[in-house]
Amino acid sequence: MLQYVIKRLLSTIPVLLGISLLLFFMLRMLPGDPAQVLAGQMASQEDIKNIRQQLGLDKPIFVQYGIFLSRLAKLDLGRSARTQSPVIKEIWARLPNTVLLAVTAITLACLFGIPAGIISAVRPYTWIDYLFTSMALFGISMPVFWLGLMLIVVFSLVLHWLPAGGIGSWKHVILPSFTLAAFVVAFITRITRASMIETLSQDYTTTARSKGLKEQVVIVKHALKNALIPIVTVVGLQFGLLLGGAVLTETVFAWPGLGRLIVDSILARDYPVIQGTILIFGLLYILVNLVVDLLYAYIDPRIRYA
Amino acid sequence: MRQDSLLTIKNLRTCFHTYEGVLTAVDGIGLEIYRGETLGVVGESGCGKSVTALSILRLLASPPAEIQGEILFDGKNLLNMSLDEIRKIRGNSISMIFQEPMTSLNPVLTIGEQISEAIKLHQGVTHQEAWAEAVEMLQMVQIPSPEIRAKEYPHKLSGGMRQRAMIAMALSCHPRLLLADEPTTALDVTIQAQIVDLMERLKEEIKTSVLLITHNLGLIAEMAKRVVVMYTGKVVEEALVEDLFAEPLHPYTQGLLGSIPWMGRKMKAGRKQLQEIPGMVPSLLEMPEGCRFHPRCPRMMDICRKEEPPLVQKDGRRVLCWLWK
Amino acid sequence: MHETLQTQVIRNPHPQADSQLRRRWVKLRRNKAALFGGVLILIYLITALLAPILFPGNPSAPNLMKSLERPSIEHPLGTDELGRSILGRIIYGSRVSLLISIGVVFVGLLVGVPLGLISGYYGGKVDFGIQRVTDTLLAFPGFLLALALVAVLGVGLKNTIISVGISMVPIYIRLVRGCTLSVREQTYVEAARAMGTRDVTILIRHILPNVMAPITIQTSLGMGTAILFAAGLGFLGLGVQPPTPEWGTMLGSGRAYLFNAPHVATFPGIAIFFAVLGFNLSGDGLRDILDPRSKL
Repeated sequence: MLQYVIKRLLSTIPVLLGISLLLFFMLRMLPGDPAQVLAGQMASQEDIKNIRQQLGLDKPIFVQYGIFLSRLAKLDLGRSARTQSPVIKEIWARLPNTVLLAVTAITLACLFGIPAGIISAVRPYTWIDYLFTSMALFGISMPVFWLGLMLIVVFSLVLHWLPAGGIGSWKHVILPSFTLAAFVVAFITRITRASMIETLSQDYTTTARSKGLKEQVVIVKHALKNALIPIVTVVGLQFGLLLGGAVLTETVFAWPGLGRLIVDSILARDYPVIQGTILIFGLLYILVNLVVDLLYAYIDPRIRYA
Repeated sequence: MRQDSLLTIKNLRTCFHTYEGVLTAVDGIGLEIYRGETLGVVGESGCGKSVTALSILRLLASPPAEIQGEILFDGKNLLNMSLDEIRKIRGNSISMIFQEPMTSLNPVLTIGEQISEAIKLHQGVTHQEAWAEAVEMLQMVQIPSPEIRAKEYPHKLSGGMRQRAMIAMALSCHPRLLLADEPTTALDVTIQAQIVDLMERLKEEIKTSVLLITHNLGLIAEMAKRVVVMYTGKVVEEALVEDLFAEPLHPYTQGLLGSIPWMGRKMKAGRKQLQEIPGMVPSLLEMPEGCRFHPRCPRMMDICRKEEPPLVQKDGRRVLCWLWK
Repeated sequence: MHETLQTQVIRNPHPQADSQLRRRWVKLRRNKAALFGGVLILIYLITALLAPILFPGNPSAPNLMKSLERPSIEHPLGTDELGRSILGRIIYGSRVSLLISIGVVFVGLLVGVPLGLISGYYGGKVDFGIQRVTDTLLAFPGFLLALALVAVLGVGLKNTIISVGISMVPIYIRLVRGCTLSVREQTYVEAARAMGTRDVTILIRHILPNVMAPITIQTSLGMGTAILFAAGLGFLGLGVQPPTPEWGTMLGSGRAYLFNAPHVATFPGIAIFFAVLGFNLSGDGLRDILDPRSKL
C-alpha cells in the first residue's frame, strides 16, 4: 500500500513538471517585457532592472527555467504586484476559505445526490425518478453565478434569513456552499442512478435477496458498495469542476478565497499571484485525484496495489 | 410411492408485462417435491425452468413480473405471504444456488461475511458465532484452510471453489429445500463431478430436498429420482428417472434423449445416431396454436395443430400429448 | 451462448425481449426530451437570425431617463442601468452566445480531433508527448484553464472563443484518441494498411467515421458548456466587454443592482439556462441514439 502511494506520488511528477512549464511559458507569452509586467505599471526603471536580475531574465532560457523550478521547489512564488507581500502568504490566507467552501459543498452534494440517485435507481421510470433526473438536468444547465444571485434575492433580500455575502459565522457558509453544491449534485445523482441500476441487476444482488436480507440491506450493503467506484470517480472529477465553480461562487458571495483572489489578480494584472494561484489549483486537483485512487483500494478488494 | 409433500406447486403462471404484450414464461404448471428427494427439472433455454425457481422464492421484480397460482410450502402458500414472511423463508428453509459462481458472489464482501450474514439473520446469533459457523460450513464443502478463505474476497477463489462457497452459503441455515439452478453448468467437467458428489453427500447429511434445474440430462440421471420435462413454460412429461430414460413418452423428451451422445450406445448408423430436434424454441410472444411442440414434432397429428393436448396420466407418469390420449 | 442469454433474461428483472422493447421505449421517451432540446435550440437560432425584426433599434443605445425600470408593456423584461431594454439585449445576446458556442466548438474540434487521431493512430513518442500535455491541461478544471488563458490573452469576444475553445481541446483529444485506439486494430484498417493505403486516407476514410458518434455527442454537450463558460467569464468581467450584449456580462453588471432591481440579473440567467438546457437535452438524446452502450 505504502509502495503504491509512493508510486502514485511519483507519477504526478510529469504532470507537475508540465504545470511548471505551462506557467513558465505563460509568463513568456505575456505581451511586453515580463519584468515590466511583473513590476507593474508604476515601477521605475530601477525596479525593472532589479526584477530582471532577480528573475535571471538576462540568462539563457533553460537556465531561467532551472531557476524558476528551484524557486517553485522552495515554494517561492514571488511577490504580489499589488500588495508586495509574498504570493505564498496571500495564498495561504485564502486557501482555508476555499477548502471550507469546497468540502462543505461536496459533502452537501453527496448527501443529496447519492440518496437521490439510489431512489431513482430503485424506482426507475416513476414520478420520483423523473423528478430527480429533471432536477439533475436543471442543475447541470444552470449557471452557478445566476443561481447564487437568485438565492441571495430570495434568502437575503426577501426573507432576510441569511447574509448576502462575506465571511464570519456558519450562516455565511450556507448560501455559497448550496450554490456550489447544486452545480455538482447533478453529476453525482446521474452517476449514482446509472451505476445503481447496473449493480441492482447483477447476479449477486439476486443472491443477496435469496438469503432473505431486507431490501435496505440488499441496496446499501450489496448494491451500493459495488456502485461506489464510479461514484467516487465522479466525485473526484467533480472536485475540479467545483474549484472552477468556486471562482464564480466566491465572486457572487464576496467570499475571500482563492477563486476571488485569482479573479482580482487577473483584473489587476497581478501575474505572480495568478501564476501561484493556478499552481495551487493544479496541486489541489492532483491531490484529490490521488485520494480518489487510494479510496478505490479501500472500496474494491480486486484492486491490488503492489 | 406416496410420500410427504414438502412443496406443492399448483397451476403456477408467471408472466412479464412488457410494452409489446404479456410474456408468459411459466404457463400453469403443477409439480410436487417430496421430503428428502431430488426432483430434476429439465428443458432447453427459455422453457421457464429458472423462472419457476425464482417464482418459488418470489425473486422476480414485480412489476414487470406477475406470479399467479399456488406454491404451498409446508401447507402455506408462499405467494400469499407478506414480504417479511417470505424473507424469513428465503435462505432459511428454502435457499438457492445459482448458475454463475463468478457473478453470484458479491465481489466487495468477504466470503465469510457473505455466508455469516444469512446465519446471523436467521439464527439470531452473534457475529462471532455466525462467523465460526461460516468457517465450519466452508470446511464442510471441503474448502482447504477455511479460516483463511473466509477472510478472502471472491476474486481470489477459482470457479469451483466459489461454487463450493455458494453451496456453503445456501446450506448454512440447513434449508429443507434447496433450489439448484444449473449448479454445475459454468464449471469444468472435472470440477462438475466434484460438485455433484459434494451436493449428493451434503443432501444426505442435511436431509434437504433438492429442486435440480438443468439442461444436462446426465446430471439428472446422476442426482434426481424423479424428473419433470418442461417446454415453453409447460410441464410436458413427468416420470421416475429410470422410466423416463427407458421409455420417453413425449416426442420432445424423445428428441432430447436422442440429441445427447451416450457412452456405449451402439453407433449403428454412424452419425445419424445423434439426432437433433428440428426447428427452434418458439418466441414466448408468438406461441403456436394447439400443442406448442407441433411445429417441431416428428409425430405431429391433425389435432395437435388445433387443440391443446391434455395432461394424460399413465402408469403413475404424466405426459402432455395427444399420442397417449 | 444460449445459457448466458437465458440468465440475462431471468436475472435482469426485465426479460430479454422486454428489455429491448423497454430500451426502445425509453429512447422514444428521451427522444421527446431531445426533441424539446432541439426546439429550444431552434428558437434561439431563429431569434438570433431575426433579431433586427424582433427588436428594431439599437440594443446598446443608452436611455438614461429610463434606467432600471421594472418590466412593463414597453419593456417586457424591464430596462438595465443604462435604460436599455433587457429583452432587446437578450435577443441580440443570442447572436453572441451562439457565435461563441459555434466558435468554441470549432476551435476544440480543429485542434483536438487531429491531435487525437494522430495520438491514437501513431502511438509511440508522438502519442506520449501529446498525452503528457493533455494530462497537464486536464489537471486544471476546464473553467480555470479558460480563465488562465484569458489572463494571458486578454478579454474580448475573440479571446473568449479562443480561451474557452482551447480549454476544451484536451477533452476532444482524449475522446478521439480512445476511439482511434479501438478502431486501429480492426481488420479492415489492417487490411487497408496492408494494401498500402496512405495514412491520411486511412485516418479520414476509415477511422474518422467511427469517431463521429462520440464527437457529435460531445459537440452538442460542449456547446452548452461553451455558453456556460463564456457567460461565467462575462460575469467576472473577463469575457465579452460591454456594450456588446452578452448574457453573462449583462448578469455581471446587473449584479450591482440586485437589491433594487433584481430583474436585471434574473432574465439573462434564464436565457442562459434554457440555451444550455437545449444543448444538454439534445446531447443526451444523441447519446441515446448513437451510443446505446452508454450508461448515463
